[in-house]
Amino acid sequence: MSAHITNGPILRHPPGRLHAILLAGTVPLFLGALASDAAYYQTYQIQWSNFASWLIAGGLLFGGLALLLSIASLLRARRRTGRPLTGFLLLLVTWVLGLCNAFVHAKDAWAAMPDGLILSVIVAVLACIATWISLDTRPEVAK
Amino acid sequence: MKSMKPMKPIKPLAWLGMALLLAACADKGDAQQARGADPRLPEPERGLLPSMKIAEPVAWGSQKPTVPNGFSITAIATDLKIPRQTLVLPNGDILVAEGRGGKAAKLKPKDVIAGYIKAQGNTQVEGGDRLTLLRDADGDGRYEMKTIFAENLDAPYGLAFANGKLYVANQGELVSFDYQEGQTKAGGPPASIARLPAEINHHWTKALTVSADGRTLYVGIGSNSNITERGMEAELDRAQVWQIDAATGAHKPYATGLRNPTALTMHPETGKLWAVVNERDELGPDLVPDYLTSVREGAFYGWPYSYWGQNADKRVMPQRPDKVAAAVKPDYSLGSHVAALGLSFSQPAMGERYANGAFVGEHGSWNRSQPVGYKVIFVPFKGGMPAGEPVDFVTGFRDADGKTRGRPVGVTVDPRGALIIADDLSNTVWRVVPSR
Repeated sequence: MSAHITNGPILRHPPGRLHAILLAGTVPLFLGALASDAAYYQTYQIQWSNFASWLIAGGLLFGGLALLLSIASLLRARRRTGRPLTGFLLLLVTWVLGLCNAFVHAKDAWAAMPDGLILSVIVAVLACIATWISLDTRPEVAK
Repeated sequence: MKSMKPMKPIKPLAWLGMALLLAACADKGDAQQARGADPRLPEPERGLLPSMKIAEPVAWGSQKPTVPNGFSITAIATDLKIPRQTLVLPNGDILVAEGRGGKAAKLKPKDVIAGYIKAQGNTQVEGGDRLTLLRDADGDGRYEMKTIFAENLDAPYGLAFANGKLYVANQGELVSFDYQEGQTKAGGPPASIARLPAEINHHWTKALTVSADGRTLYVGIGSNSNITERGMEAELDRAQVWQIDAATGAHKPYATGLRNPTALTMHPETGKLWAVVNERDELGPDLVPDYLTSVREGAFYGWPYSYWGQNADKRVMPQRPDKVAAAVKPDYSLGSHVAALGLSFSQPAMGERYANGAFVGEHGSWNRSQPVGYKVIFVPFKGGMPAGEPVDFVTGFRDADGKTRGRPVGVTVDPRGALIIADDLSNTVWRVVPSR
């Protein structure tokens, strides 16, 4: 298990620096939204809900740009499989659910609850996984 | 999803039902809306995106609003700077309050987006912050004089006159001018009577009326949010009608829980205070009805905890079952989202058919796929209470393709036999008279 001996090419697809910043940025933004929602859920203090709305908007901006860069690199890649594809698909689901979450958060006051909190949990977890996989720079062996 | 532990009752549709992205709700036109004393209310509903249908402003050109047979309508003043409410003075001169107020910060991405969309359906003119006086000296129905009575006000809205005093409700202060018959310009800056709640001013319009003896003023103060989304602290002294002593400026809440009382007036026979009130949004196309009601002293009308009596609003946290239980029902539903902004009781000079009742100016909906309002209606009264179905009085402000030429705000009955209508989209004042 210590070394692979293979006839296939060894693929490396590290995301660029900008791509990495955008990807990694989604994590604290969506986590921050989740924390703010949790605070609103417990205190009814509306400012937490406002914070969550903006953090989600920020997560969508970063995630959306990261998605564009993922599409661009997938289009340029010779093989559109493996971690880049998985990472892209996960990020896409994160983004779509994040957009739904933004609409839910646009409801007034407690109308955003509990749906907004549940969506924030799902989106934050998905953003972490998508980023974790996309930023894995270890070589991947083509099958 | 089965692997998820059941944590709370979840509405699965709400978070995975992307099919609901566009809430395809079959809104009905206003003819089917529940109006009158005992409206049947549907269940609340709200898709992922609220319905919006914004007026598409176009000029009147040679067109005019439509009036019933036996009436005619003319524009008596144009090119105003957002006319809202009007007042007919004892000598027949008309005062027009012009302005636009509010300084609500945009707290959420939604506020930025919705604010932009809603602005498309309003005038692009800057508010005048002034009172314009219109005079028809020879009584031919042409108001040949148009002059600025007072300026540098702060979003003036409510107007009232009694005992030689002209009262003006700015968005943050109730003021008065000394007035002598025939005056065309204020003699000086206004005197302050009372400060009015003005923080944020999400609903900034301060409606105003005065008791027959001139000693007591009533000011309508709208809520600071749709449904407490700016926080409970922002609602201190909001969504209520204040009773203010004209001599001292001392005030007390006269009635509470009125979300946005946009016009107040005294009933000429009973001397009771009446109001039109705009109710909350985002509970569906047929909730919550805007209403016309007598305002009972000490009564709580529900906002924010409930609507139309005991229908609790789940969006308000923490909830207050005691307040829900105490809420009284308004007298008469005008239909949801019509945006009633004007109210004036009729006079015999308006002709037999319209002699007893209230005219209501409806600015028109923005959050309903089938637009409603955009007209002036007449609610017949009997014995000091509404009696029967409302009838359209002035229509044609918006046509079937959404082209919108005007939006009615204040309505005022001139006892000589005319209805004065302020139109804040085309910046016009209209006058409807029975044909002679």
